[in-house]
Amino acid sequence: MPDTINVEIPAALRPQVNDQEAVAVEGATVGDLLNTMKADYPEFGAKLFNDAGELNRFVNIYVNDEDIRFLDNLDTAVTSADQVAVVPAIAGG
Amino acid sequence: MPTATSQPESPAAADRSAQGYVKSLRGKESGIDYPIEPRTICDTDFGPVEVTYDYAAMKGKVTRASIEAGPRSLWRYRDLLPISGEPRAGLRSGFTPLVRADRLAQHLGCKELYIKDDSANYPSFSYKDRVVSVAVTKAFEFGFDCVGCASTGNLAHSVAAHAAAAGMEAVVMVPHDLEAGKMAAMRVFGPRVVRIEGNYDDVNRLCSQIADKYNWAIVNVNLRPFYTEGAKTHGFEIAEQMGWRLPQHTVSPVAGGTILPKIYKAYKEFIELGLVEDNGAKMYGAQAQGCNPIVTALEEDAELFRPQKPDTIAKSIAIGNPADGYYVLKDIRESGGGGASATDDEIVAAMKLLAETEGIFTEPAGGTTLACAIKLIENGTIPKDESICVCITGNGLKTIEALDGQFDEAAAIPAKMKDFSALIDG
Repeated sequence: MPDTINVEIPAALRPQVNDQEAVAVEGATVGDLLNTMKADYPEFGAKLFNDAGELNRFVNIYVNDEDIRFLDNLDTAVTSADQVAVVPAIAGG
Repeated sequence: MPTATSQPESPAAADRSAQGYVKSLRGKESGIDYPIEPRTICDTDFGPVEVTYDYAAMKGKVTRASIEAGPRSLWRYRDLLPISGEPRAGLRSGFTPLVRADRLAQHLGCKELYIKDDSANYPSFSYKDRVVSVAVTKAFEFGFDCVGCASTGNLAHSVAAHAAAAGMEAVVMVPHDLEAGKMAAMRVFGPRVVRIEGNYDDVNRLCSQIADKYNWAIVNVNLRPFYTEGAKTHGFEIAEQMGWRLPQHTVSPVAGGTILPKIYKAYKEFIELGLVEDNGAKMYGAQAQGCNPIVTALEEDAELFRPQKPDTIAKSIAIGNPADGYYVLKDIRESGGGGASATDDEIVAAMKLLAETEGIFTEPAGGTTLACAIKLIENGTIPKDESICVCITGNGLKTIEALDGQFDEAAAIPAKMKDFSALIDG
């Protein structure tokens, strides 16, 4: 039985998930979580992935404050002890 | 007669409506238009939004003469900047020297080499005074009383200085290991400084989450579309100061990815308005070897870059996950330019070379840009007989640690003529 994990949602995306600050989803990997969210919230899913099924390049996913591209990308394993956040890419300097 | 505190006004002002020539905020990917408002991203695809202008309405009104009659600051280009009222910040920012670098050119065997020297920008000695001037003015227009930013140092320094001058609160978020010079230079203005344990990418991620919670004008988050427009003035000035023409080759540092695309946009806007000839100007990105996601993507011919964990003395450009990196790659490729990266030793050597040949003391980011320009010239990517501009974006006095161990201790002698003569004459 996979763990239930709260995925933090930034303000800009909340309207697509019924204005929730975090969405509780079951899954063993980041990919599981996002695919379940895509099924539960199709509008959100349509923006999170492109037509080829790749993650939107303007969105970063963090597990315990680490970008998943430094971990195992969508295969990154997660448990209920992990903090998962969706964060839009923001420039600065 | 204008006074030191008067508001600048260009001759095109009479033709300008309250909103100026600004049309909308437009999703760069989606093409969807939004009103002029604080906005971080496009709701449709989470991509960036960018200010659009009515260039047709500018034609014949925004001219070389109208610009030349403007103030000696970045606000001489205000018709191409997204403000609706009078400027509220940066009245003395920008219009930095464009140095014809003949001694450096001779050293490198080049014919026509320029240094665009934002180490002399006012008041905080980096190119960031350009973007912050626009952002703080917009913060006023939107009714914010607190401005903030995520920064590798220069942006925080500039935000703190401009906020103090404008009477606004400032909250700046920086990596915990910022250079001492930058820390002191920003703290003197009295901002709330939050040091965050992690690198810049960690700071920036947290900052975008903070922006959701607090009603602050975070210049690189909810004011980002306006802020970035200020970077165009670096490019406008290069073109005007070269005598209304474009350098054939422009070498710019790449960190978060703001300045290079905005210099390129500036060149295109001047071409669109008929202010300069289109000479096929090429753009080149410069990065430190220890943080070069964009140059790596260029070398691998990859459409997207892979983020990196920075490890370089060039801290102000140590951004391993550049949010606008996609557009840097796009513009470099569209222009037919390229990129290079430099080791820490090459960066320091270039800092010293620029100082010794042109009397300009830049920080490691500037050393990176020059070191990369040298590589591109020496490997034939940039032809030696064409015009070249190297963009120097920060001042070396803020990062003196970078020169630790570079110089022998100067001898101290008694204050006597014989000791001086013995030292000099040997």
